[in-house]
Amino acid sequence: MATRIEVAHTTATTALAPQLTRADEIVRFIRTKPLGAAGAFIILAMMVVAALATVLAPYDAYHANYGLQFARPSTDHWLGTDEFGRDLLSRLIYGARIALFVGFTASFIGCTLGGLLGVISAYLGGKVDLLLERLMDILLAFPQLILALAIASILGPAVQNVVIAIAIPIIPRAARVVRATALSVKENVYVEAVSALGAPRWRIVLRHIVPNVVAPYIIMLTAQLGGAILAEAALSYLGLGAAEPTPSWGLMLSGSALSYAEKAPWLPLFPGIAISLGVFGFNLFGDSLRDALDPKLRKG
Amino acid sequence: MRTYVLKRVLLIVPTLLGAAALVFVIMRVIPGDVALLILGGDSGQIDQRQLTAMRHNLGLDQSLLVQFGTWLWGIVRLDFGNSLWTGQPVIQELLIRLPLSLQLALFATIVSVIIAIPLGMLAAVRQDTWVDYAVRVFSIGGLAMPGFWVGILCILGLVIFFGWGPPLEFTPPWVDPWANFQMMVWPVVTVGYRFSAVTTRMTRSTVLEVLREDYIRTAWAKGLRERAVVIRHALKNAMLPVITLIGTEFAFLIGGLVVTETVFTLNGIGRFVVDAVAHRDYPVVQALVFLIAFGFVVVNLLVDLTYAWFDPRIRYR
Repeated sequence: MATRIEVAHTTATTALAPQLTRADEIVRFIRTKPLGAAGAFIILAMMVVAALATVLAPYDAYHANYGLQFARPSTDHWLGTDEFGRDLLSRLIYGARIALFVGFTASFIGCTLGGLLGVISAYLGGKVDLLLERLMDILLAFPQLILALAIASILGPAVQNVVIAIAIPIIPRAARVVRATALSVKENVYVEAVSALGAPRWRIVLRHIVPNVVAPYIIMLTAQLGGAILAEAALSYLGLGAAEPTPSWGLMLSGSALSYAEKAPWLPLFPGIAISLGVFGFNLFGDSLRDALDPKLRKG
Repeated sequence: MRTYVLKRVLLIVPTLLGAAALVFVIMRVIPGDVALLILGGDSGQIDQRQLTAMRHNLGLDQSLLVQFGTWLWGIVRLDFGNSLWTGQPVIQELLIRLPLSLQLALFATIVSVIIAIPLGMLAAVRQDTWVDYAVRVFSIGGLAMPGFWVGILCILGLVIFFGWGPPLEFTPPWVDPWANFQMMVWPVVTVGYRFSAVTTRMTRSTVLEVLREDYIRTAWAKGLRERAVVIRHALKNAMLPVITLIGTEFAFLIGGLVVTETVFTLNGIGRFVVDAVAHRDYPVVQALVFLIAFGFVVVNLLVDLTYAWFDPRIRYR
């Protein structure tokens, strides 16, 4: 019985919308959201660079060469070298790995845990909801960077600790957004119908509520990605993120970069461009995705 | 309205208690023995008697619950203990640095509003044209550039082209406005530009939403000129969420202060946090993280109350 209702529901919705293949949808996205497509392109390029770092990087990102300190950008070293004579371009290429790794894992962990808590909170309601909401309120009382700073300072500088420090402040934010959607989904007649038909709770949550909160979850995830990459850069810049000699973009900007600025202005310049470009791509893409998925913001 | 205010004010009490508990757990329970850290835990050679005395001084020999109670009582009396680094009372150190951060935050907010509201409105009115794209690239770019990097670029430009060095001592504006201006202008612009990115986007999307309302169609139908429709009818109604955002982005501002003050070596609250973390100055970190959360919660409360005052529908929900 439950399945028949589902089938009727899906056929009704697909009959209304014109059939679009995946390729059509991509073409439409590029045409209607040129900025979003540009963002997607930047993200893809960054992923390719990160994946092929071993092939693309002209030098070893960790290899110090004291004969070549502060070499100007040249045909040998396109972006010059740093105070240890390491090739800046190679370090930036490897840095894409760190940025993407921290960005994706931190937002994924934060949004998924937060999303789960949000769904549980909305579906169970009552005391559980009240308790979880208060807990989220407490976490929300701390500005994101301050909480991340406090957690990172306790855990010590290491890449996996940075992921935890950035993920925790995301949890309450994702929980809040997903909970709000789940609450309204829960009020739908079809949820009432399946529960009247005696469907077990886990089935209602997994089959009927979770699929309907996927859109806000994905919006939240893409929206947090850029922020997570920025947070990693900021923590590393402040000396609480990845430790030397890890080629983290934020770390490359800390301390020495500015003190050698007059001698080697490329040191503070290029890592910043890399961070900005990466975050810019994620933000552009996230923005357009939100516009496309959130019907309220569509041009009426 | 009165019951609403009372309800909201009472609601922040458990939040603040929870925040205090969380800070206590993160800063005091997880790092292990603070006494060991103070006596130089890294060196390895520690006199046992000294350690016991230090634990007693810090109250670490008491139960966790008593310690938490003592800390809470300290918060109520604004006594956050002494800094491990300077030995001065935390609250005193804090008050020295507060004016600078407040000035930076206030001016940066003003700069951001001056940039954001006209730009956001323009982008909304000319949606999906090159003006809109330019404004969005400008604002998304502002969000994409790390605050500390914008600061670094600023300093880099000033140092290379003007041989400028950052002044070291903070001069309050009422003592010497010109010296104060010279010191604060670049940090203010740095934080303000990034902050404006957030506000511009918000202004754009709320104006867009309002432009679809019936009363805007009516205004057009009456034959009003574009300027009248946009400024008198749309912008006025779109401002409320923007004002709210300016309040709630306090968190964003604090994050901006932390990195910007570090870049410009300004001796404010943000840099105080970073230095305290670097020195493992737990009483200071603990106090600052809690006070920042306190400020954040209070600002949010004020924003909510203002909102409710403007929009009576909220009070009755």
